[in-house]
Amino acid sequence: MQAFAQLLDSLSFESARNAKLRLIETYLRAAPDPDRGWALAALTGGLEFPAAKPAQLRGFGQEKIGEELFALSYDYVGDLAETLALIWETDPASGPPPSLGEVVETLQRATKTQTPAILKRWLDALDSTGRWALLKLLTGALRVGVSVRLAKQAAANIGHQPVDAVEEIWHGLSPPYRPLFDWLLSDGPRPQTNAGGAFLPPMLANPIDRAELDTLDPAHFRAEWKWDGIRVQVAASGGVKRLYSRAGEDVSNAFPDIVEAIDFDGVFDGELLVRREEAVAPFNDLQQRLNRKSVTPKMLKEHPAHVRLYDVLQLGDEDLRGLPFDERRARLEAWMAATPRARFDLSPLVSFRDWPHLAELREAMKSDGIEGLMLKRGDSSYLAGRPKGPWFKWKRDPMLADCVLMYAQRGHGKRSSFYSDFTFGCWRPARSETVEGKRELAPVGKAYFGFTDEELRWLDKWVRDHTTDRFGPVREVTQELVLEIAFDGIARSSRHKSGLALRFPRIHRIRRDKPAAEADTVDTLLQLLP
Amino acid sequence: MANDTLNPRSWLYPTPRGLYCEPGDFYVDPAVAVPRAVITHGHGDHARPGHRAALATPETLAIMRARFEDMPNTTQQPLAYGETVRLGEVDVRLAPAGHILGSAQAVLAFKGQRIVVSGDFKRRPDPTCPPFEPVPCDVFITEATFALPVFHHPSDAGEIGKLLRSLATFPERTHLVGVYALGKCQRVIKLLRAAGYDKRIWLHGALLPLCKLYQDHGIDLGDVAPASDAILETFKGAIVLCPPSAMADRWSRRFADPVAALCSGWMGVRARARQRGAELPLVISDHADWAELTQTLKDVGAPKVWVTHGREEALVHYARSIGIDAEALHLAGREEEGA
Repeated sequence: MQAFAQLLDSLSFESARNAKLRLIETYLRAAPDPDRGWALAALTGGLEFPAAKPAQLRGFGQEKIGEELFALSYDYVGDLAETLALIWETDPASGPPPSLGEVVETLQRATKTQTPAILKRWLDALDSTGRWALLKLLTGALRVGVSVRLAKQAAANIGHQPVDAVEEIWHGLSPPYRPLFDWLLSDGPRPQTNAGGAFLPPMLANPIDRAELDTLDPAHFRAEWKWDGIRVQVAASGGVKRLYSRAGEDVSNAFPDIVEAIDFDGVFDGELLVRREEAVAPFNDLQQRLNRKSVTPKMLKEHPAHVRLYDVLQLGDEDLRGLPFDERRARLEAWMAATPRARFDLSPLVSFRDWPHLAELREAMKSDGIEGLMLKRGDSSYLAGRPKGPWFKWKRDPMLADCVLMYAQRGHGKRSSFYSDFTFGCWRPARSETVEGKRELAPVGKAYFGFTDEELRWLDKWVRDHTTDRFGPVREVTQELVLEIAFDGIARSSRHKSGLALRFPRIHRIRRDKPAAEADTVDTLLQLLP
Repeated sequence: MANDTLNPRSWLYPTPRGLYCEPGDFYVDPAVAVPRAVITHGHGDHARPGHRAALATPETLAIMRARFEDMPNTTQQPLAYGETVRLGEVDVRLAPAGHILGSAQAVLAFKGQRIVVSGDFKRRPDPTCPPFEPVPCDVFITEATFALPVFHHPSDAGEIGKLLRSLATFPERTHLVGVYALGKCQRVIKLLRAAGYDKRIWLHGALLPLCKLYQDHGIDLGDVAPASDAILETFKGAIVLCPPSAMADRWSRRFADPVAALCSGWMGVRARARQRGAELPLVISDHADWAELTQTLKDVGAPKVWVTHGREEALVHYARSIGIDAEALHLAGREEEGA
């Protein structure tokens, strides 16, 4: 448990992807079975302990140091699990700390009435980092900035395998993954993928722009609309039906309406959308349905999900990935035509004569549900990963707004000495009555890329020279620098002061020439709403 | 020793200039320049320049001379640990506080009553100074920097182990360790040496004078050198010590992909560590944690305790719960420093 706790502790302070990978790999190599398997399960969200209730924690703390001191402590720390981990004192007489395997296996068997006593014994035996990790494990919210994909990547790395080789077998495995580690680290056989509903690593596209298109022969390419939803894989075989995100996360629980509608065996790529009366709802509607462990009937009714299919990887037991795109497409169209299904439809091909024609079509398409175009070579077989050449995404030109820099925050890792995270705002009538008739800036977004290294150095110096106040790592600056912000979409948001949220904002240009008073207003942005 | 009829607040009390001892006509760690000061230790919020006369341990006076351009206009009165001197009607003795080199508690005796001004202190071993000496007294004035039950500083060796483990995991990255120039810096070097780290440790220029002073006082820091003397390639996998402010500064850009480690008692609380931008927070503190503070109240056995600078509320609450007459004492000029 201590080694796992140290891993979580280090991960929680490390922000660089490669460093996180190194930390996980180092742990997975050194930790014994079954601990490392349980750790991998914890990092990939595969562990749950329904008998352990975080609500007990406050009671534990008050019992330990009294209500008054516990209240002062919690008030200072601000996190219940961490407060308890810190106030609890290690009791050397309580024996050695438990291993991660012992923690997981005991908790899975323990009843609700047994759990408190077991927990207290472990809290006595662990150090404060160990206690913190134990409590995070119990509450199921590790929050150490590790995606499922990253954890699998680390596992693949220790066996010098591509991550897709792990993805392919992942859903046939269960914690503590002993056959996986036998294969990765000690010459064991590769685990078989005979389980139903296995995830097949997806093929991804590279971005392209108008100028680069001229180097390609339009006759070789097929075009599809790029839908503004979420790329998913529908996988069904052997009676198992699953819906996966692009990263291989099983999101079936959040979309029972889709899973119930699967009445076939096969693996398909498509775009997950919310659709009402034939129209695709804004991305925001889809977001309401994401990241939920269960959905209410109301949610199912008001935000009905739908998958728009654009590729077939497997039909029945037949693996089609070796076929060229045109043949897979023909198989997909024939299959769809044979049995129409309410929750699934076909993403149409967009026919075009040449690149200028396609550019016109792209310009003319104003629908909010479309992000741009996908271009796929007709002879491309389905290759996992992001191969260079066969598939491209040609996104719509971004929207632009002139905003004023308000705050800057220091970055992480290589950027830790630079002010590299920028919060910017637009003008609106002042809310405060004392400044009647005046305007104030309302923050509309935050961007931390889009600039060159040289621009970053310039911005960093500007921030240091124009600081008016400091809040921890954040500096407030004089409201005079205009930044041209590019973004892919805009939506109403109650979580933002300005009432709107920008999608994928980045700094497009630094407008040193433009007076701040001439920057855009919140109202102007609201007019861009779909 | 006890004198029940004498009110201790009648002869030692806070003023805007600092804690004033009336029958001795001196201030303890005053916030501004005064005619006569007793200084517990060399940190900036306790030792200030410009006093007409200053009494402190020889080590503390040396630190003050190093920081305040030799203090030619201050009459310096060195007092070694354990010796007693009479100022006015008050006997003054300095007892080790275990905080940094030269740190002392001021033990003040007047008409059979004894008040101990602890200054800053800690109880765990520190290779750069003698350990805290509990002095039985009528009134104990304690610091409260880490006076919450959430502060249980882990073992120093364990925290240094974290740093060495990170070096093993990231052997190509410079480990930039933020330390305060006085005390923390030299203690961290000694802890690294005790853990078997015998490579050269690089120092930011601001750390050099006080490291030299420690070495002159017989504290062996091993192989240390100014970071400015080396070419960048040297810093791959090296330990470089610098003041915390330098980590956010342009200075740190010379190092490729550094790991930002920060040594402070505050690092035990995650939100605080994140706020300070630490990637590798190390809980190494020169102040007593909750267990040390509460144990010290028991060890000195004072019926009255005055609690100053920090989280007074929790320690006052605790002291009262074990029958001590405790109250908060608000002193001018104390900031939350780098602990």
